Amino acid sequence: MALCMKKSPKLINHLKYRMCLFDMITPSSWNSTSSHHQEFPVTAPIAHNLGNPDADLSVKATLFSACRFKSTKPEKQLNSLNDADDNKILDFPGGKVRFSPKMTFISESPEERTQCYRVLDDNGQLILGSNLVQVGEELAVKMYNDMITLQTMDTLFYEAQRQGRISFYLTTIGEEAINIATAAALTADDHVFPQYREPGVLLWRGFTLQEFANQCFVNKADHGKGRQMPIHYGSNKHNYFTVSSTIATQLPHAVGAAYALKMDRKDACAVTYFGDGGSSEGDFHAALNFAAVLEAPVIFICRNNGWAISTPTSDQFRSDGVVVRGSAYGVRSIRVDGNDALAIYGAVHAARKMAITEHRPILIEALTYRVGHHSTSDDSTKYRPVDEIEWWKLARDPVSRFRKWIESNDWWSSEAESEFRSSVRQQLLHAIQVAEKAEKPPVADIFTDVYDVPPSNLHEQEKLLREAIRRHPRDYPSDVPA
Amino acid sequence: MATIVGAATALSASKSFDSRKLRLPSRRSLPVSERKGSFLVVRSDGSEVHKVHRAQKLIANAVATKADSSAASTASKPGHELLLFEALREGLEEEMDRDPTVCVMGEDVGHYGGSYKVTKGLATKYGDLRVLDTPIAENSFTGMGIGAAMTGLRPIVEGMNMGFLLLAFNQISNNCGMLHYTSGGQFKIPIVIRGPGGVGRQLGAEHSQRLESYFQSIPGIQMVACSTPYNAKGLMKAAIRSENPVILFEHVLLYNLKERIPDEEYVCSLEEAEMVRPGEHVTILTYSRMRYHVMQAAKTLVNKGYDPEVIDIRSLKPFDLHTIGNSVKKTHRVLIVEECMRTGGIGASLTAAITENFNDYLDAPIICLSSQDVPTPYAGTLEEWTVVQPAQIVTAVEQLCQ
Repeated sequence: MALCMKKSPKLINHLKYRMCLFDMITPSSWNSTSSHHQEFPVTAPIAHNLGNPDADLSVKATLFSACRFKSTKPEKQLNSLNDADDNKILDFPGGKVRFSPKMTFISESPEERTQCYRVLDDNGQLILGSNLVQVGEELAVKMYNDMITLQTMDTLFYEAQRQGRISFYLTTIGEEAINIATAAALTADDHVFPQYREPGVLLWRGFTLQEFANQCFVNKADHGKGRQMPIHYGSNKHNYFTVSSTIATQLPHAVGAAYALKMDRKDACAVTYFGDGGSSEGDFHAALNFAAVLEAPVIFICRNNGWAISTPTSDQFRSDGVVVRGSAYGVRSIRVDGNDALAIYGAVHAARKMAITEHRPILIEALTYRVGHHSTSDDSTKYRPVDEIEWWKLARDPVSRFRKWIESNDWWSSEAESEFRSSVRQQLLHAIQVAEKAEKPPVADIFTDVYDVPPSNLHEQEKLLREAIRRHPRDYPSDVPA
Repeated sequence: MATIVGAATALSASKSFDSRKLRLPSRRSLPVSERKGSFLVVRSDGSEVHKVHRAQKLIANAVATKADSSAASTASKPGHELLLFEALREGLEEEMDRDPTVCVMGEDVGHYGGSYKVTKGLATKYGDLRVLDTPIAENSFTGMGIGAAMTGLRPIVEGMNMGFLLLAFNQISNNCGMLHYTSGGQFKIPIVIRGPGGVGRQLGAEHSQRLESYFQSIPGIQMVACSTPYNAKGLMKAAIRSENPVILFEHVLLYNLKERIPDEEYVCSLEEAEMVRPGEHVTILTYSRMRYHVMQAAKTLVNKGYDPEVIDIRSLKPFDLHTIGNSVKKTHRVLIVEECMRTGGIGASLTAAITENFNDYLDAPIICLSSQDVPTPYAGTLEEWTVVQPAQIVTAVEQLCQ
């Protein structure tokens, strides 16, 4: 992995020292030319490297790892204490513990909240001294294109729901960067266990607009055969496991998948997404603990978007967000600006490498904001201030922030913007038309896939249903093939 | 929780067959710590011979489920003799040898070998990763199994006690049973969820559950109950090879049941009932431990001149209505004997299925004997009368055949 610093060589050396990584980064990895735009040459982790993890694995551990690592191994440090200290030390399962005559309760909250890693400021400019994983032109433009596509898809499908053409929808607006940048930093072999606000991962992996439309408009071509609510996508081909509505149940699945990957010695990890609300579920805590104990390569990505339907984070937890829970379970963790695509990309890229090479889970808390309503079933202005929504929508929009950065690199322009937006809109409108006209899933699909082969009781039930349809044809929808 | 189960295991391991029936009522109320001692006394106490004899009869019944000739098996006979928990283990081991994707996970399944020793020695043979000890969180290790199953493994998840699987109910119902369907068949979940359940070791309400009734409505789940070493091994192997999630019910009182089973490989069908005793007068449908109460009653009934047909339904979902139907058409009378809950239990579903399909063949209303709709009490006498007793079975048959 090439690392870039927008700094003079002298300062770079100083920083390298401070990051304890002086030996780990070869001088050739550093690009310190004075030209602004040449600082991010197109190299390793670009789109066509998907599915080729080897391209990334040759690279050393990242900036984030070395210093942080030590703090998670307190018992090892204590074990080096000499024998003279024996009466001050309790040799306890799990490691030695130092006695103290002082009655000290650990504070319930840190003096300072955990810092949030970011590399792009609100104006899309690189922050001085940031350490970031290189993102080249091709990758950056694809990321941006997918963010716009996701935004456009949300707008059109949401409108379609409002027009009564689909029953339900749920937008990802405000969280486009988390969707796309996390996906960009993974490879196609990584197993993704999503919640329901990460369709961008699937988009990045090549799920077509027609496939999205087929699912939301439930037709015969839907991979789920019309059995799940809109947005609950799943694609075996894309290693994207079908969404369950129940919150956080996908987290233990990800640990199990990581266990399977580890058993097969595959160069891949499991990745799972959840929200701030999901972090209150028992499955979250147990999955984190399981992953740590089993040394399973899982990346837990929490989209802390401030609201779990109408419940603000202040009613969800009293900890410093979700990131601090990592260390309680022995899981390395980082807090990232969820509206900074570059920072997310870097953090996930580094997390993936650590997860796979060191066989460990990583927790990433991305701070963001759910700009849309929870779903088409609620009106969020009823429970949160409009000003708050507007501020995040305008001042902190992740898509325009990323656009400013690629424009400042001369990789994007207003012309390209309007051309791309109109093209995506046309493609989507076409996909919706096709999906709407397509045949609905047939009656037979009610009974298949409950088991690999339908058992006698389901045969019996299908027979009775077909009989009922035959007798009362007008009571059953005519567009469902019997 | 683990302590209580562990204590019970220690007790059972030293005996060839362990049943609450062996023990005097006065001993049943002793606390766990004293029970171990009392057990040893039972084994060496001559005054207990009569009780021990009853146990031996139970063992004979188990063997009699195959051809009667094998009951008096000797060392020279083909096959090998083992206990039910060893049969489960043997099935597990054969499948792990056969297929590298088969793995085991749960609490204390590794070097400890599981609370009832079903995974004994497997961690040594296959390693810690394939026989995985997990932290205590039933919902999560079940979820983990589901995730592993969706990504190519065939996990066997052990619930230390079936009752604890209620903590995993969300994963079993919302995920395990649904994801194959909701994914449009894209993701298969070939998982086996198994563990000890049932009433009869004085383990109190939470440890002595009859969960068939809870699980039977979950779509996408297949359920079988084993009752002999022979079918325990065959069903275990079939469950592992199944592409569907299977819950395998084992019974705490049957782990030390002994039987001679074939040396050759065999697999049982997950959807087939087992004819235990052919007869003409009445069809008795049962499964798991109640099979032995039925067989005890059958002896009395035969002495009284009745010829009952006993079927171990084995497949709790779906029912083998072919075998059941043929029997009903022959005897025209049905008695169901189960340990499940009376309300919403397997017997209730079975009654409905028989009424719907074979009502015209019935000469008398179906009688269903179930356990009481109560949490299982700890006190031995109370526990015993929570489940159906042989005398009740005899009375019910007499009533049916009037």
